[in-house]
Order: sequence, then C-alpha cells, then structure tokens
Amino acid sequence: MSPMSALGSFALVMALALASYSFVAGMISLVWRDPRAPRLGETARRAGIATFAAVLLAAGVLVTAAFQDDFSIAYILQHSNRDLPGPYKFAVLWSGQEGSLLFWSLLLAGYGFVLRVRHETDQRLFAHASVVIAAVQVFFLLLLNQAARPFSIMQGPIRADGNGLNPLLQYPEMVIHPPMLYLGYVGFTVPFAFALGALIMRYPGEKWIHITRRWTMVTWCFLMIGIFLGAHWAYSVLGWGGYWGWDPVENASLMPWLTGTAFLHSVMMQEKRGMLKVWNMVLVFLTFVLCLVGTFLTRSGVISSVHAFAQSAIGDWFEYFIALTLAVCAFFLALNFSHLKSEHKLESVVSRESSFLFNNLLLLVACFTVFWGTWFPLLSEFFQGHKVTVGPPFFNRVVIPIGLILLLLTAVGPLLAWRKTSLESVTRNFLFPAIGSLVIGVAMIVLGVRPWESATWYYATMGILSGLLLLFLITAIGRLTSRNVSLEKIGKKLLFPVAGALASGLLLMMLGIHPSEDPSLFFAIMGAILAFLVIFTVASEFLRGGRVIAEKTNQNILGAMLHLYHRNMRRYGGYVVHFGVALVAIGILGGAFNKDVEKEMGFGDQVTLGPYTLVCQSYTQESNPNFDNEWAIINVFRRGKQVTTLYPERRFYHASGQPQTLPRIYPSVREDMFLVTDLYLVYEGRNETTGRPIIKAHLNPLVPWIWVGLIVMVFGTITALIPNAAPARVTVPARVESPVHVGAGD
Amino acid sequence: MRRRSRLRVAQIFVLLLAVFVFLGASDEARFNSLGHRMMCTCGCGQILLECNHVGCQSSDKMRNELMAGLDRGDNDDLILQGFVQNYGPTVIAAPTTTGFNRVAWVMPFLALALGVGFVVVLVREWKKRPAPALADGISIPPNNELDALRERARKETDL
Repeated sequence: MSPMSALGSFALVMALALASYSFVAGMISLVWRDPRAPRLGETARRAGIATFAAVLLAAGVLVTAAFQDDFSIAYILQHSNRDLPGPYKFAVLWSGQEGSLLFWSLLLAGYGFVLRVRHETDQRLFAHASVVIAAVQVFFLLLLNQAARPFSIMQGPIRADGNGLNPLLQYPEMVIHPPMLYLGYVGFTVPFAFALGALIMRYPGEKWIHITRRWTMVTWCFLMIGIFLGAHWAYSVLGWGGYWGWDPVENASLMPWLTGTAFLHSVMMQEKRGMLKVWNMVLVFLTFVLCLVGTFLTRSGVISSVHAFAQSAIGDWFEYFIALTLAVCAFFLALNFSHLKSEHKLESVVSRESSFLFNNLLLLVACFTVFWGTWFPLLSEFFQGHKVTVGPPFFNRVVIPIGLILLLLTAVGPLLAWRKTSLESVTRNFLFPAIGSLVIGVAMIVLGVRPWESATWYYATMGILSGLLLLFLITAIGRLTSRNVSLEKIGKKLLFPVAGALASGLLLMMLGIHPSEDPSLFFAIMGAILAFLVIFTVASEFLRGGRVIAEKTNQNILGAMLHLYHRNMRRYGGYVVHFGVALVAIGILGGAFNKDVEKEMGFGDQVTLGPYTLVCQSYTQESNPNFDNEWAIINVFRRGKQVTTLYPERRFYHASGQPQTLPRIYPSVREDMFLVTDLYLVYEGRNETTGRPIIKAHLNPLVPWIWVGLIVMVFGTITALIPNAAPARVTVPARVESPVHVGAGD
Repeated sequence: MRRRSRLRVAQIFVLLLAVFVFLGASDEARFNSLGHRMMCTCGCGQILLECNHVGCQSSDKMRNELMAGLDRGDNDDLILQGFVQNYGPTVIAAPTTTGFNRVAWVMPFLALALGVGFVVVLVREWKKRPAPALADGISIPPNNELDALRERARKETDL
C-alpha cells in the first residue's frame, strides 16, 4: 500500500470513529439524566469538530495524490493524468463517485464544524442538531470505508499514466459548479438537523425556525447558484444550443430547490402567525430526503442520464438510508404531533396567508411533476414491460404552465396584506402593473408573436376554456357591480368556474384532446405578460414605499428607496429575488424564438442567420500534450459591418480518448426587439470526404437575461440575510385606539 | 332586463372571439415539430433535431426517414408509429397519450386539481373557525374601522 493511500484510509477510519462517537455519546448525553451528561455532550461536540479535521485530511491526501500523479490509487488512475492542468487536478476530487462522496462528507463535516463551534447560541438545540448531523456523517463515512473507497489500490504494476478527467469536466466552471451544488445539497442537512432536533426535544417557541431560516437561505442560494452554473456549463460546453435538458440529474437538483423555496415562503406563516408548524417540518424533511434522492439518482445508475455515474452497489445503501430517514421523521412527527398544533384561523381568503398556501401548493406540484416525470420510465417498465422516454416535450408542457401560475402568484402575493386585503387596496396596487404588463402582451402580438398561427386543437381547447372562464368572469362581475362588492364575493363566484374549467381541461386531456402542437409561443406571450407583471409590481412596491419615505424625510426618490431597502432588508431583498425570477423567466421564454442553421463551410463560404452573416475565414488544427483540437475562424457581419470573430472548437483528449465541443458565444446587445441575443456557434466536426468543417449556428434571444437574473437573485438573497438598519424615529406618535394585533410587510 | 341582455351579448362575443383567435391551424414546420418530439437513438440523450454529433448515423438516418414520411404525405401519428416500430418506444421524447402512458400526463394535473381542492377546503375550514377569545375589556372595532387601522399600520410599518 502506498503511503498516501494508507494515510487517506487511516483518516477516513478515524473520521468514522469520531463521527460514531459524536453520534452515540451525543445521544446518550441528551437522554441521560446525570450531572456528568453535559461533559459527555461536550466530548461529543469536540469529536464532531475533530471529524472535520480527519475528513479534511482525507480529502487533502486525495488531492495531493492527484497532483503527485500517484497512479497506484485506482481513483487517481481513473480520473487524472499527468498532463491534466493544475486546477482540474483539484477538480479530480469530485469528478468520480468515490471522490464526490468524500467531497460530500467534507462539506458536511464543514457545516457540522460551523454548527458545533456556534453552539453557544442555544446549547441544547445545537446539541440535538449535532447528533442528527453526526448520524448523517456516519452514513457517508461508512460508505467511504466500505462501499466506495477512494483510496483503493490498483492491482499489478503501476501504470505510467492515468485515464484522464472526463473532457466535459475540463472547463473552468466545472471547478465551481459541483462545489456550489454540493454546498446546496449538503447544506440542507443543517435545517433538517435543526428541525428534527427541535421536534425531538419539543422545542418551545419559534427560535429554531429563525435559525433554520437563515441556514436554509444560505443553502438555497448555493443550490440555486449550482443549478444555474450547471445550466451555463451545459450551454457553454455541450454544444446543443440549450441550457436545460430535463435530464434526471438536473431534475434531481431542481426538486429540493423547489421544496426549499416553498419552505422559505411558508416559514413566514409560522413566524408571523404561528401557522403551518407541521407543514414546515414536513417541508424541511422532504427537502433533505430529496437531496438524498438526488445523490442516489446520480450515484446508483438506476435511471439513465448523461450525468449519472456508472451503476454501482451504493444504490442499496442509499435506499436503506432514505427509508430509515423517512421512518425516523415519521416516527417523531407522530410522537410529538401535539407539540406542533397551531391555531389556524384565517380572516379572509384574500390575504397573504392564502397566497402562501397556493404558492406552496404550486411549488409542491411542480416538484411532484418533476419527480413523476423522472421516475415514470421505471414505472412504465414495471407496468408495461418497457421503458418510455420522458424528455423535454413532457416537462415543457406540464411544468411551464405551473410555472406561469407561480409567476402570477409572485406578482400578486406581495400585494396582499396579512390577514385581510380590501378590494380598494388590490385595485390601487395592481392596476398600473396589470395595465403595463397587458401593454407588453399587446406589443408582442403587434410585433408578430402570434401563437395561433401554428396551432390546432391545443389552442382551440385553450380558447374554449379561456372563453368559458371569461364568460363566468363577466357574469360574476356583472352580478356584483350593483351590490356590495368584495374580493371574497368575487372569489366565491369564481371558485366553481375555475374549478370547472380545470376539470374540463383534465377531461379533454383524458379524452385525448391534448396539446399536439408546439405551445412555446403561447407560453412565451403569457410568460412575458406575467414576468413584466412581477417586475411592475416590484417596482410599484419600491415606488410606493419610497414616496412615503421621501415625503417624511425630504430625500429624493432613489435615496428614499435605498433607505426603504435598508429598513427592511428581508422584505425588499425578497422583492429583488422576485425581480430576478422575472428576468430568468424572460430569458427562458426567449427559447420560443430560437433559430438555427447548419452548414459545411469552406474558405470564404458564408451563411446567414437572422441579422448575421457568417463567413468562414479559415479552419485549422493544433496539438498539445493534453489534447488535439480543430477550430474554425468565423467572421461575423451585421449589415455589412464585421462585429466580431468567433473560434468554435472541437477537442480530442489523448488520455480519455473522448471528444469535446467548445461552442463560442457572441452575446449582442440591442440587436433587435429582444434587446439581448446570443449568437452561438458550434464546430460539429469535419466532413470526412471534403475535410471542411461543419458549423452549426444558433440564434438564442434573451438567454443572457437568465444569467443576469441569477445575479439579481443572489444579490436579493444576500441582502435579505443582512439585518435591518436601525428603526426610523417616528416623530408623530400614532394614536392606537384598539390593541388589535396587525401584521404587515414581509 | 336590458342589462342582462347586454351581458349575454358580451358573453357570446367573448366566446366567439376566443374560439376565433385560437383556432386557425397550419401544418407549417411539421418537420421541426416532429423532429423535436423524437429522441436521437445514438445514446447521446438528445432530441433528434438537437443531436450535434457530426456523422451521427442514427440522427442523419432518422432525419432522412422523417423527411421521407413527410414527402409521402403521412400524418404525424403514422410517422411516429413508424419510428416506434423501427426504434422502439423510447424514440418518442414524451409519453404518448394512449394506454398506461396517459397516466404520465394526467397525474400532474390531477395532483394540481386535488391540491387546489384541498387548499380550498382548508381555507374554508380555517375561515369558519371562531376568533380566539379576547381578554376582558378588549373589544374589536367594526370591520371598516379595522380595515382603516390595518391600512394605517401597513403604511406606517413601511417606513
């Protein structure tokens, strides 16, 4: 055994022993009624801290082995080679199954380290959370010591060079994307640990939820960055012109993000109104389980995916652990259910509380849909004896409509007050955003976005349903206009028509009348209207609050809005996140207007795509120790003027023997009605007969908004984590005539 | 009466407009549409028209077959059926709407409908519950005063 392998293996055994001690001793200290229990608990905490050191040592050894080209270790042989550039040797840590599980353990130990060091915040709650984290650590360390050993030794003579890193991973973003994704996946263990700990100890009050919310936001943000970096990587490397393929592994990362988003909203119900205590607990548990399911999907090979690692035995380990986790959660939920009882009392259907309920419902249905589509091939195999493909056409048709309704709620929800909202208030706040967004919709139709031009039964069905809905709407409003109008009454009148329309839609689909044509233009126009509705409502909220501040403090409106932001970082940070969501939605709906062209291009050949003319100036090839490459030099002209030169490339890696496409992207601003458009060139290869390159060019409008939207969402999340500025002094004391508790904001 | 008849006219107008606006099919871009409803069978996991492997024998052959089917004047179902016979059911990028596969499409909407129903029932139940008992000496003002107080609190807490 090589010294590196021995040291790494020893570190992992030590880590397992320490985590096991932390778990067992921690648990005993919590149930043992003895004066010595706190001391035992302290040893458990320190063992937990030491686990981090041991796992860090193991990870350090593996990375060092990669840098030293120690091919006696099987993992290094399979995932590295001598000519691999330095940063990618670091990425070897998470490029294979064993290494990525070690990376999981390292991050978990890191989170555990922070949690255990900060135990003074609430010693008993943190001790419970520490035990839960230790239990999860034991599982992953058992895996690393038994089923997926990163320090296994190669049998026979040591080979001169390794197999190399997967070419798709040899891209700068790949050094950031997996750690971000893992920080998200692993990070959800912390809210889970706090939730389970609080449930087990029947934690009094809501403090645990405040602690958990912050951890969840940080983790949620990491997962979001990881998901978007993955999408950007797919866009920049895979060369098919898209960024999201609804691959099972992509779906696996989306599911916990959706439930995490639901939790971040519903947790406000508990903080403000003491409601949904059980539901919040279930959401935290579900999010953690979905993180495990995601890891299981990636590792087990149970569902075929371009991302998934080869089929391996660790799938069984995950199945047992997921089952055990579910059983433990269900047991403690049943045992301490009475502790979570809350007074659910709604004053009005039209309130912030209701909007959160529907928001949670839609996020959960979206999560279920993604889960359902991901696992349906297995279900089909079980019932029909053969697998079916559940690809982008399914998800786009089913998830996007749900996403559109969510966008509507994103716009409307923040305008509704806690407890009760009056019609006047909704009308006042909603009128201008609604008019503005409808103007956008009409403008799109005028500019030529007409979904009905390429549709058949789908739009007929949609049209009839929309007509029926409008019919009932007119009836309801007509009947109510002469009476005492309230939103409740309108809501009641609309309840059955909406339910009826949904049921009719379902029935039509069951009868076989289904969307057979591409509904992307329809989705695009609806998406644009709703995304702008979100943007306008966010803007109107800022303006409304800013005007109040400006009047009181004599500041200009921009300064007043900034002041407003500082005064309630959480609320306005949330609005900024919503604004980012709208930008992402705008970026996604651009997909409906994509164009592409493919052509074999010799010297001087040209092809036209949208406003661009592409001229092949030259093509050539090179070689270096790590790979051979071929690329074309394409001059890009617009209205006869050269705007840029792009070098789409294709590589062939020596060690792994695998090719890689490196598309080149030219994001242009104000080129057309879309404001931002990506020109995306792919070197697909050479025609073997003529030797000339085949170039595929895509024109992808609005895509850059997706990445801008991410930056805005991250900014909003970070600011929402920052404490508010000191409260403003109210110079005119409010005379409160009745001690009625009134909630507002957030 | 006049009001009701005006309402009926408005309703009929809206219904006709909706049906007129959304009807009007055309068969353009069938190749593009069908090509995006099938998967390439080379193992790349890509939609047929998005497979970007040069010389990929599967996608080139399949595209030619698709083109031939369109040239023959086959309808969409017939073309897709032919592909299923040649390449197996996994060639279709989404479950069909026949037999057991229909469940794939129905379940998400069923979940949504059940969820909406559940939330509506929940909201109604919670709304029916009596307000928490008030301590002695505390009284809640009438609705309009309460709304005014809420509005005021909302404005003031915006600061």
